[in-house]
Amino acid sequence: MSTGPGGEAGFPAVTAAAAGSDIRRRRRPLGERVFRVASPYLLLAPAALVIGAVLGYPVYLLTKLSFQQYGLAELVTKKGTWIGVDNYTRIFQDEQFWAVVVRTIVFTAVCVGLTMVFGTLIALLLARLGRFMRLLLTSGLVLVWATPVVVAVNIFRWMVDYEFGVLNWTLTKLHIGDFLNKDWFADPTTGFAVITALIVWGAIPFVAITVYAGLSQVPAELVEAAEIDGARRWQVFKDITFPLLLPIFVILTSLSIIWDFQVFTQVWLLRDGEPEEDYWLMSVYSFVEAFRLGEYGFGAAIAVVMVCFMFVATFVYLRQMIRIGDTR
Amino acid sequence: MSRRRLNRIGINLLGLFVFAGMVFPVYWMVSSAFKEGRNILTDTPQFFPSPATLSNFDDAIHRNFFWDTVRNSLIIVTAVVTFALVVGFLAALALAKFRFYGRAAFIVLILGVQMVPLNALIIPLYIQLSRAGLTNQLSGVIITYMTFVLPFTVWTLRGFMLGIPRELEEAAMVDGSTRFGAFVRILLPLVAPGLVATSIFAFIVTWNEFLIAYVFLNDPQKQTATVWLAGFTTSRGTDWGPLMASATLIALPVLVFFLLIHRKIAFGLTAGAVRG
Repeated sequence: MSTGPGGEAGFPAVTAAAAGSDIRRRRRPLGERVFRVASPYLLLAPAALVIGAVLGYPVYLLTKLSFQQYGLAELVTKKGTWIGVDNYTRIFQDEQFWAVVVRTIVFTAVCVGLTMVFGTLIALLLARLGRFMRLLLTSGLVLVWATPVVVAVNIFRWMVDYEFGVLNWTLTKLHIGDFLNKDWFADPTTGFAVITALIVWGAIPFVAITVYAGLSQVPAELVEAAEIDGARRWQVFKDITFPLLLPIFVILTSLSIIWDFQVFTQVWLLRDGEPEEDYWLMSVYSFVEAFRLGEYGFGAAIAVVMVCFMFVATFVYLRQMIRIGDTR
Repeated sequence: MSRRRLNRIGINLLGLFVFAGMVFPVYWMVSSAFKEGRNILTDTPQFFPSPATLSNFDDAIHRNFFWDTVRNSLIIVTAVVTFALVVGFLAALALAKFRFYGRAAFIVLILGVQMVPLNALIIPLYIQLSRAGLTNQLSGVIITYMTFVLPFTVWTLRGFMLGIPRELEEAAMVDGSTRFGAFVRILLPLVAPGLVATSIFAFIVTWNEFLIAYVFLNDPQKQTATVWLAGFTTSRGTDWGPLMASATLIALPVLVFFLLIHRKIAFGLTAGAVRG
């Protein structure tokens, strides 16, 4: 109450006059009162400034660039040429682009699906483990979670090495087939299998730990009552656990979509910084156009389309977030 | 009874199996890092490094630019953590302790910023920095990173501040403490765990980031340790032993810090949904 301007203004004058100390309080110098109203804004100013400069302005610039011819020459003169929607018409007539879009959507769907399924299964497993095993598995998950992306990329690159990699040796020993000297990246399908494994492996811990935290909030009586009524384990999950944890599943799926739709580093590094066209995802395509071919405007248009796809895919989550902002 | 016990053993065995599967890549990195060169390039993989050697680590830290890039990473991390804490603390204070017009909008902004796809902004950010003459400068990278850790910082610190009862501050002021005194003696110590958690989070994000540093810093001497590691194989073929040793060294600080705060990270990232 003492801090907000509303609190003091709303205080009835009579009551205030009754208490001596309050009279003194009401007659604060004008400067101090102004300071009180202004102080939250002053406190927020640096953060707002930074977010505006490093996120707000680039979002505007990205949109603007997508309507411009902006190449290396324009980078020097610092001024793009307005060409309307030409970049977008070029995109939509580009067969390459649609192949990339389809590839990105399929890739994201597979990654997010596998991450959510395995993450949830591991969370359910965690809930049923003994104390010691639970601690062990949680530590293992945290270890994986903490592994930096660039480090993980190098580990996987070493494990699938065609000559001395542990994967080819293991698969051959298990008689799954002859994998000796198999180059996983020769074929984009197996190449993407490796990239998917890398991403899902890295993303599982966050999902598993978060869902497990949610599971421990589910009232035990509910589950017990259902079990007494003869519900099977799957039914308990489907009819009790899942609906209760739905908000968590929505946010985890949305975050996973956001992260997987813009995957860049893993593809880029596993293909030594020169990914073949069969390996292009949307962010790779945009990056190649901008930084390899110097077509910044065209690259920006691709990025804009990518962001639009992501917003559509995470619409539910966005709505939920705006509601949170409203109520608090 | 015995069937239940069998069931429990089965579950725990499954847990052990999942643990082994998840941890194996990390184990493979560390064990390869300790192997002798001739034991790395073998037709049948050696599953335990014997004899163990430190020569790969010795090789790694004596490579070109290793120490330069580690130093750059440390400079960037220190600057980002300091700025993010100060700016984030002030903003969190405003959101937790004041009611004001535009507060809800700012909260939506903070939550929304976490969703901005960084990879989509790399083009305008690069053009903006090149116009300002800040490419190939650590300062450009520092400002950018700071913005990306700011939402998490503000949100977490705000959570800590909301947990502090107002009476505590007021009691201190009744006892003759000034507003600033109450702040230093009451608020700061109670928020300290939040400050530690957010600085470690900022450390991890900054230390691991690849794309921005890769695009903004061209000079090998100006680059960060993560970018240095990414360029390892392309420069000298596949030298797996030293590569795995370098990867281990660069992952180590993150692993240590991560174990300390992983709970808070899970909380901070999903804060929006859990309470909604």
